[in-house]
Amino acid sequence: MSAVVDTHGHGHEHGDHHGGYSGLMRWVTTTNHKDIGTMYLWFSFIMFMVGGVMALVIRAELFSPGLQIVNPDFFNQMTTMHGLIMVFGAIMPAFVGFANWLIPMQIGAPDMAFARMNNWSFWILPFAGALLIISFFTPGGAPGVGWTLYAPLTVQMGIGMDLTIFAVHLLGMSSIMGSINIVTTILNMRAPGMTLMRMPLFCWTWLITGYLLIAVMPVLAGAVTMTLTDRHFGTAFFNAAGGGDPVLYQHIFWFFGHPEVYIIALPAFGVVSQIIPAFSRKPLFGYASMVYATAGIAILSFIVWAHHMYTVGMPVTGQLFFMYATTLIAIPTGVKVFNWVATMWKGSLTFETPMLFAAGFLFLFTLGGFTGLVLSLVPIDIQLHDTYYVVAHFHYVMVAGALFAAFGGVYFWLPKWTGRMYDETLGKWHFWLTMIFFNVTFFVQHFSGLAGMPRRIPDYPLMFETWNKVSSIGAFGFGISQLLFLYVVLKCIRSGAKAPEKPWEGADSLEWTHLPTPAPYHTFETQPDLR
Amino acid sequence: MNRVANRRTLMRLAVVAAAMFGFGYALVPFYDAICRALGVNEFIQADARPAGNTQVDASRTITVELDANVHDVPMHFKPLVRYVKVHPGELATVEYEIANVRGAPVTAQAVPSYGPARAAEHFRKMECFCFTQQTLAAGETRRMPLVFMVDPKLPRDVNTITLSYTFFEVAGRGGRS
Repeated sequence: MSAVVDTHGHGHEHGDHHGGYSGLMRWVTTTNHKDIGTMYLWFSFIMFMVGGVMALVIRAELFSPGLQIVNPDFFNQMTTMHGLIMVFGAIMPAFVGFANWLIPMQIGAPDMAFARMNNWSFWILPFAGALLIISFFTPGGAPGVGWTLYAPLTVQMGIGMDLTIFAVHLLGMSSIMGSINIVTTILNMRAPGMTLMRMPLFCWTWLITGYLLIAVMPVLAGAVTMTLTDRHFGTAFFNAAGGGDPVLYQHIFWFFGHPEVYIIALPAFGVVSQIIPAFSRKPLFGYASMVYATAGIAILSFIVWAHHMYTVGMPVTGQLFFMYATTLIAIPTGVKVFNWVATMWKGSLTFETPMLFAAGFLFLFTLGGFTGLVLSLVPIDIQLHDTYYVVAHFHYVMVAGALFAAFGGVYFWLPKWTGRMYDETLGKWHFWLTMIFFNVTFFVQHFSGLAGMPRRIPDYPLMFETWNKVSSIGAFGFGISQLLFLYVVLKCIRSGAKAPEKPWEGADSLEWTHLPTPAPYHTFETQPDLR
Repeated sequence: MNRVANRRTLMRLAVVAAAMFGFGYALVPFYDAICRALGVNEFIQADARPAGNTQVDASRTITVELDANVHDVPMHFKPLVRYVKVHPGELATVEYEIANVRGAPVTAQAVPSYGPARAAEHFRKMECFCFTQQTLAAGETRRMPLVFMVDPKLPRDVNTITLSYTFFEVAGRGGRS
């Protein structure tokens, strides 16, 4: 059957991959998964810098009690945009970038399944980013409602809110298209003999993440669409004055929001699961259990959303259900951490920069997981809800989890991407500065949170001053350390020493074993036979 | 080759995405049903239940703040007093004034909301203009009573209740159709 349709399918411009374009137009029109992966990674780095500057505005204001630098309204806009840009602009596109670069190479496919849709998924992003930035210059400024966009505030905000809603729509479309692409590529385009259970774990985590994204991004789109119609078209989903319920928004949002946490975390797990075996010179311990644990986390993520909203006044039965379901997630997550440690156990370990970041991930992510377990318990959470303890917790899993994994992944694959080695000494400097300043910034926030400092406020009582000062100093150190990362990457691209064919002796996925370094523009045009 | 299989997978996943968008909206009636079944957020039924204890608890005084809004209806709507102080268990009557400022009849209904929300189930309305739709002739002004009582079971830490009414137009009933 496929043979019949196939003869129709060919015909229009096939094989003309290099295109006639050069310079900027090459990047605008490219359908090559490596080009698109590169663009995703650079875009996410730019957004990381933008969101980082916003974080520094927040920390500068919080350096001392009282209002010094910005007014409370602008402070709220900063916390909101910092969250939105880091989640949707920096972390998510970074891992989509990794997926674009690596998945076709790791499963022996020539490119992504839908190369043109791939181009479109990326090029939507800069427009979404621009909408978010433009909202600062509208009357009333950017929305100051928090990245969760809770009603009823969102129903009252100015035109900046509408721009943000459209930006979320665009980001959602981009993510859904990207996920459909990744899932289709993994399901249909694996090389002969590359069975699902032989895939590198990075592909597995992205397959599951892709499904998560397809399932929950449309729900977020629905939630912001309801907000939009509440604002302009007379509906009353969340408008209490019209018989709506603001708490309903929280339920819908977190139905998206909790799986979203794993959308960010799972690809990071995948990257770490590639790095740790390579530098332990051992295969990953418990591969099958890793796959099942990933799937288990993904499935459980759909039934725990209300642990973000223990304080809305739900019945005790509800609180108990969500508490037990949430603590259950510790089991598959524990399996993963156990497997990573067991992979390192009695391995021939070396600690080059990628491994340092992976080890840092392992340590700090586990810490963030433990504070998550603390917060999952209703009686404690009611005390800690919306305090800096929560801020510390999710930065341990978002920054020390996802971001550290992304850094490790960049160092790990830079030789494959560019054919050049990064400067190992500077890479290690980058790791240690990041590691130290991260903890200076965020560890102390546990203390101010336990003492009762609420999040999202520009001013605070004098008693919180010490830890806020420490945290602000750490934040500026952390921010400046990331400029070193930019320097290391640029130096590697421009003048790095030529990378050996296989710079990491323990790496065993297809992009290391079957392809030259640097990876050529087109790879696996004839699929390898792995049977 | 893969082309056909890819298309098919694309279509399936796209259907899932579209269905999930619908699912987001389906959550609205779903939560409504859940809340009804579990008795969460039940403002209307709370009124219908008889008060368990009608004795006046003179040891407490509750301030009931009255708030009145209209949502996209050409009406003026206000309470005659801004707040009343009542003892739990005590019957109280307040009056609201509503005026149709459009040159045509209008039908509208008031929807209550309470702050704090948990006060709702302890706020018993015996007689209220919000129980029925109100039809006003062009330019008509009307005074309407609200007779209520605060249940003595009201949690002790609540000493102020904000009762907020919003009038919504009932389309097709002597108003815009």
